[in-house]
Amino acid sequence: MRPLPSPSRNPYWRFLVAGFRGQSAYPLATFAGLVANATFGLLKGGIMGAAVESSGGELAGYSAATMAAFVWLGQGMLGSVNFWGGSDLQTRIKSGDVAVDFLRPVSVQAANVLTDVGKGLFALLPRGLPSVVIGVLVSSMALPPDATAYVLGLLSLLIGITVSHATVYAVATSGFWLVETRGVSVLYMAVSGFFAGLFTPIYLFPDWLLTLALLTPFPSMMQFPIDVLSGQVTGAAAAQHLGVQVVWLAVVLGVGHLTTRAGRRRLEVQGG
Amino acid sequence: MAEPEERRRARVLRAYRAVLASRARSQASHRASFRMDLVGAVLVGLIEFTEIWVLYSATDQIGGFTLAQIMLVFGLSDLAFSLADLAAGHCDNLPQYVRAGTLDVFFLRPQPLLAQLMTSDLSLRRIGRCLVGATALTVGLVLNDIDWGIGTVGLLVLALVSGFVIFTAQFVTAAGLQFFLINGSEMTNAFVYGGRYAATQPAVVWPRALLLVFGVIFPVAFTAYLPVSTLLGVPGPLGLPTWLGWCAPVAALWAVTVAGLCWRWGLRHYRGAGG
Repeated sequence: MRPLPSPSRNPYWRFLVAGFRGQSAYPLATFAGLVANATFGLLKGGIMGAAVESSGGELAGYSAATMAAFVWLGQGMLGSVNFWGGSDLQTRIKSGDVAVDFLRPVSVQAANVLTDVGKGLFALLPRGLPSVVIGVLVSSMALPPDATAYVLGLLSLLIGITVSHATVYAVATSGFWLVETRGVSVLYMAVSGFFAGLFTPIYLFPDWLLTLALLTPFPSMMQFPIDVLSGQVTGAAAAQHLGVQVVWLAVVLGVGHLTTRAGRRRLEVQGG
Repeated sequence: MAEPEERRRARVLRAYRAVLASRARSQASHRASFRMDLVGAVLVGLIEFTEIWVLYSATDQIGGFTLAQIMLVFGLSDLAFSLADLAAGHCDNLPQYVRAGTLDVFFLRPQPLLAQLMTSDLSLRRIGRCLVGATALTVGLVLNDIDWGIGTVGLLVLALVSGFVIFTAQFVTAAGLQFFLINGSEMTNAFVYGGRYAATQPAVVWPRALLLVFGVIFPVAFTAYLPVSTLLGVPGPLGLPTWLGWCAPVAALWAVTVAGLCWRWGLRHYRGAGG
């Protein structure tokens, strides 16, 4: 029997590491992202804080402290999740380069998703943490109440990042049929952030809109990790959030797998 | 013999028109995607409005503005931004041109660089976006109890034109800074897109630092919030006078000056891609 290869030789592990390291090559880009992030955070914190204040210090279960946590944890996650809908796969399908990817002895889906997850995890260091630090400095934001909240929160964050990139991958496979998918990305950009709780917590939505949001994978990408990380939900409710996230992860990975298989047969590379 | 001035101008205009028409045709050629693009642009606008609707419905008022009143602010600023985006939004692609070296080609053509940059792509989907702002503005004007007169109409027109100029100036300022930033292009999003977001909010909710950034340096508070405050007679932040909304053209002039300086400074800094 062959000995098991070490993880560092596993191609999928290397995709994850490559994504992580690739991002570290652009420190200025990372800093620029942080500046933009912090500006939006201050604006969002201002308006959300005023909203809580004008409704008597409590709005849809949020206090000033937990609302600040919602704003700054959300800003911190922005560099790690994908709400704009574009991806490498999208450009590679359009240019035809994806044909080369199919020749490699690795799963195209796993390679793409893992590289993006690696990028997302790296972004937590230079963008995520500083955003949270800024949040703590400029506001009275709530922090995770205990060790369990940290552990469950980080786990929820990891699943959230993976759900986001796996969903964008599945959406990008529509390119096998459409070729030009800029329109699909725009649609994705319009709905994903809104239903994920990027602007306002989804619990502020009227009931019908909240129900609609909960029927999509988007809350699993941001709202749920924030809920768990900020201690807004704990115990059984937190476990339930994680359970829902895992179900959505399985669904979007499954859809991506099927569309890749079907799309591969469809693929027609133009030019020569 | 030199060509008469009008003939020359007509020829140049015809060239721009031909370029823009070809861009429009090329976008409409991938039909399914183009239709989705257009629907998407309207949807993005609608969702941005929905955010405001959700937030202002959850409370009675924020920063002294009710939902009906904030519709005026949102409509006015969104319409001004969409028009500016239509005219100058393509400046955003400058870093890609600089990195790929394609910007050098622009220097060879007998048209000003900025004009070429603005016409290098025409995003038809952005027209869809203007409709959202215009609708919100119209509904806002109907819902609010406005004392109509020449002054009211004058203030609205002045605000819209100044808003368009201010947002266009932000795009050009950002483009000028891109010559220095390149990989750090996202930094200018802080005031271009952050500015658009800020323009839809009542400025009283901002921390002091932001009041300086978006009220003075990048004066987006003058695109909608201050003119609407003047229109409705709502007092401004920090006890500032209600008539401040009339100063929008001054803010626009300031924004254009900053944009001009940044653009020239950046252009002089540019040394080509080499090779």
